[in-house]
Amino acid sequence: MQWDVVIGLEIHVQLATKTKIFSGSSTAFGAEPNTQASAVDLAMPGTLPVPNEEAFRYAVMFGLAIDAEIGRRSVFERKNYFYPDLPKGYQTTQLEQPIVGPGHVEIDLADGSTKTIRIHHAHLEEDAGKSLHEDFHGMSGIDLNRAGTPLIEVVTEPDMRSAEEAVAFAKKLHSIVTSLGICDGNMSQGSMRFDVNISLKPKGQEAFGTRTETKNLNSFRFMEQAIAHEVERQMDILEDGGVIDQETRLYNGDRDESRSMRSKEEANDYRYFPCPDLLPVEIDDAFIDHCRSRLPELPDARKTRFKDQYGLNDYDAGLLSGDAKLAAFFEDAVSHSKDAKLTANWVQGELSARLNAEDRLITDSPISGVQLGDLIVRIADDSISSAGAKKVFDALWSGEGDNVDAIIEAKGLKQVSDTGALEAMVDEVLAGMPEQIAQYKEADEKKRKKMMGGFMGPLMKASKGQGNPKLFTDILKKKLDD
Amino acid sequence: MHNKSVAELSNALASGEVSSVELTQHFLDRIKQEDGKYNSFITVCEDAALDEARQADERRSQGNATPWTGIPFAQKDIFCTNGVRTTCGSRMLENFVPPYDATVTARFRDAGAVCLGKTNLDEFAMGSSNESSYFGATTNPWGENRVPGGSSGGSAAAVAARLTPAATATDTGGSIRQPASFCGITGLKPTYGRVSRYGMIAYASSLDQGGTLARSAEDNAMMLNVMAGFDPKDSTSIDREVPDYTATLNEPLKGLKIGLPKEYFTAQLDPAMAQTIRDAVAEYEKLGATVKEVSLPNAHLAIAAYYVIAPAEASANLSRFDGVRYGHRCEDPKDLMDLYTRTREEGFGAEVKRRIMIGTYALSAGYFDAYFLKAQKVRRLVQQDFVNALKEVDVLMSPTCPSPAFVQGEKTSDPVTMYLEDIFTIAINLAGLPAMSIPAGIVNGLPVGLQIIGDYFSEARLLNAAHQFQLATDWHQRTPA
Amino acid sequence: MTISREDIEKVALLARIRVNDQQVTELENDLGNILNLVDQLQSADTENVKPMAHPLDAIQRLRVDEVTETNQREAFQAIAPATEAGLYLVPKVID
Repeated sequence: MQWDVVIGLEIHVQLATKTKIFSGSSTAFGAEPNTQASAVDLAMPGTLPVPNEEAFRYAVMFGLAIDAEIGRRSVFERKNYFYPDLPKGYQTTQLEQPIVGPGHVEIDLADGSTKTIRIHHAHLEEDAGKSLHEDFHGMSGIDLNRAGTPLIEVVTEPDMRSAEEAVAFAKKLHSIVTSLGICDGNMSQGSMRFDVNISLKPKGQEAFGTRTETKNLNSFRFMEQAIAHEVERQMDILEDGGVIDQETRLYNGDRDESRSMRSKEEANDYRYFPCPDLLPVEIDDAFIDHCRSRLPELPDARKTRFKDQYGLNDYDAGLLSGDAKLAAFFEDAVSHSKDAKLTANWVQGELSARLNAEDRLITDSPISGVQLGDLIVRIADDSISSAGAKKVFDALWSGEGDNVDAIIEAKGLKQVSDTGALEAMVDEVLAGMPEQIAQYKEADEKKRKKMMGGFMGPLMKASKGQGNPKLFTDILKKKLDD
Repeated sequence: MHNKSVAELSNALASGEVSSVELTQHFLDRIKQEDGKYNSFITVCEDAALDEARQADERRSQGNATPWTGIPFAQKDIFCTNGVRTTCGSRMLENFVPPYDATVTARFRDAGAVCLGKTNLDEFAMGSSNESSYFGATTNPWGENRVPGGSSGGSAAAVAARLTPAATATDTGGSIRQPASFCGITGLKPTYGRVSRYGMIAYASSLDQGGTLARSAEDNAMMLNVMAGFDPKDSTSIDREVPDYTATLNEPLKGLKIGLPKEYFTAQLDPAMAQTIRDAVAEYEKLGATVKEVSLPNAHLAIAAYYVIAPAEASANLSRFDGVRYGHRCEDPKDLMDLYTRTREEGFGAEVKRRIMIGTYALSAGYFDAYFLKAQKVRRLVQQDFVNALKEVDVLMSPTCPSPAFVQGEKTSDPVTMYLEDIFTIAINLAGLPAMSIPAGIVNGLPVGLQIIGDYFSEARLLNAAHQFQLATDWHQRTPA
Repeated sequence: MTISREDIEKVALLARIRVNDQQVTELENDLGNILNLVDQLQSADTENVKPMAHPLDAIQRLRVDEVTETNQREAFQAIAPATEAGLYLVPKVID
């Protein structure tokens, strides 16, 4: 049987505010356990929440970016359950009246088409702390530094039909929130976490099947794998004539396994009710106008501009415009290099490869956009060879030097492009290789091409690696073919 | 000395007639001698109080004293006090020493007042007799086996027994006014949002309000001058100017329009109680007030609405007591569920458990609309009644309680009979209005309070009305035999 | 309105309060009486009445996003039942 896959996502986006949603504690990542947990965050008796204005601004900016209705009056509710990482015994969240109403996001698919994914709503809530499972004499340790970090939970309609679409959406959302500057986008630190709702239905059938929810996926790759895994699991059950249980599942990316969390759910009844410690939040036009004035260029607009302004093709423009920080880096580089295509190649090639290899973000790149731009200037004007360029790049990356020209100078990487001087070198080298010349003359075109390397090696050696290889080749060819 | 009012003590300190150290020592001695009979204090801060008194005397000598500098007072043990154990009358917090102050605590500290100790209360302020305290019941100074009312019974008994000139209190359904009535003293529950709730351990957040207990209206006004005001740490605190509540105490009452809710004066009301209240109202007429009957048609629904809303909020507010970060924790929990269920079984008393469970039930799937949402709608009906009545009159008057102080143990077997104690006070919390209880007579040898209810933020007017009554009568001067 | 033993056990579990059989029996009676009291609510006509969550029709103030809290771990953990290496200890958490 053929099956349609139906996917909806719930995404927790940590907001990059300085302080928590209900207290003045820092949200900085990586502090010693419980050093950023105030009396309010610890739910000490008598303490009370006061909401962070910036969290509301960020939520509204997100709403504007996805063309959503802004909740003019939003209400915090208490979601009641006991868990050691939840100090109050309830999570303060929004349910009936969220800050962001229905909106939409466009995604680009591999076949070049675009698709609209509808957003059901997005609401503000507080993050929980962390349970550390290292063994403390059979106990777990609780760190509440993260407790109270502001989140928006973005809930989509079940509009995605494949893992590819779901990942494209997730990446697009990542690109939107990082472009807005409302989230640092650091997936490995849990700044974005995905819950995936998946159901199957016979191809063409309108009614949706029973769905499962796979919780807490924190990378695009795990999300893709988890979807594939769950689709297969459901398909196996359905094709054996079984039924899908509506349940929450936990996916283990390292083992590509999932299991039901149903035992935990059975006893849950969250008993939502409006939080009596907080009043309704009203958002007026001035507040929205302020947020609109803070909206930066968004990925879709930037992509169009990159195509127009730099003449990039759709693929390059798409890749470089998605991440605001990467886009800014590219623009810094291009403003110096004046060669958009070559710059795009370097950013997506050598730079991205190095960043990935060292698991660094563009913001942690040891090379600045300006430096890369300077390097590209020297490549474009033939001052250095591509092999020399890689050496300069290495020196910049390792911090061995910070000025492109100084590195070229110090390492003697400057190419000799004076044809007279190069010709003299060619003549000198050829004079010592009569046998090779004779063989060359007898060889056919195909063989000749291969044999060029035999001349280039000694030539580069003679020029101490500084001869412009392209010019050497031209001169060689002319002389040998004559 | 201990019969002097706060206002008189303030003058005595200012004139140098007495020092704060002397005054504080005097009250500490009284507590030591007398409180064995009443059990009105859970914790007495002997050393800290004398330290504070010395600092107050020093501050006064430097010429920057406030009217409260050096005045001893007591704190209901629901307000967090940095470095002083704060129990809320519960085993759960038997050894809880908060490393922070409630805003109310900080305000008295800033004014230079001297905290004598922490007073007894019904556990987590849930009760009307002070019998649900883990630290034992408090006894009413007016009668050996009488309850002082609750939940601020320790504060009220301590003031009535002259162990402190004044005490802080909180009122969620009558917890200031009923003990004031039972103990023959004066109490004020301000408008919701007038006094910060920060550091005041929550029972029901949308109903709780901190307030005052002292012998006279004037002393209540002096207390409110310290306590009232906007607090950025409490989202429900109201940013609104605070008047000097003592400045208008002497305004004449001529023309004051008094409304008597007919629903509060039914045939079921004890005739002696009714007569006492009518006599008090007659006194007001002598002072130039006019009286008319008004109606609160939904008043009979207030208790039902309250016993859904308050427990529902409490069920969530008390979830933080889980044995993880502070407070009681059971021995050797075998797993997480055991940690929670045994810690909470051991840490909470019977009444607290009942309310948590009723609240949990009212919010649970299938019952939310019928109970919680319905109660919130009825709450609006109850509030609208008051808003409408207060368009016709300036204040409403009623008995504070259906009877004088009852006998200990009389109502503990059936929670519902205890709940009915608050029949005249509870609606005011639902509406969020300010109200006072002032001594208005003696029935069967026990004091009886008159409740005065005003419009939002009309505390100055209520205190003025209470003060004028106290200039004309001496009920508030009566002492237990 | 009566409340069943099963309901009481379910509610006690939700509220994380251990109850024994005798307590359930007592609660059946007490909670039943309380529910009878609150059932008066059903007599009220609340059509078109908006639920009231707060006594005053006030609007939430929002706080400026500035760090105001400092590390007080030592003071907070001095009153904690069980800590180690700056963490609060609880029986093993199993997801």
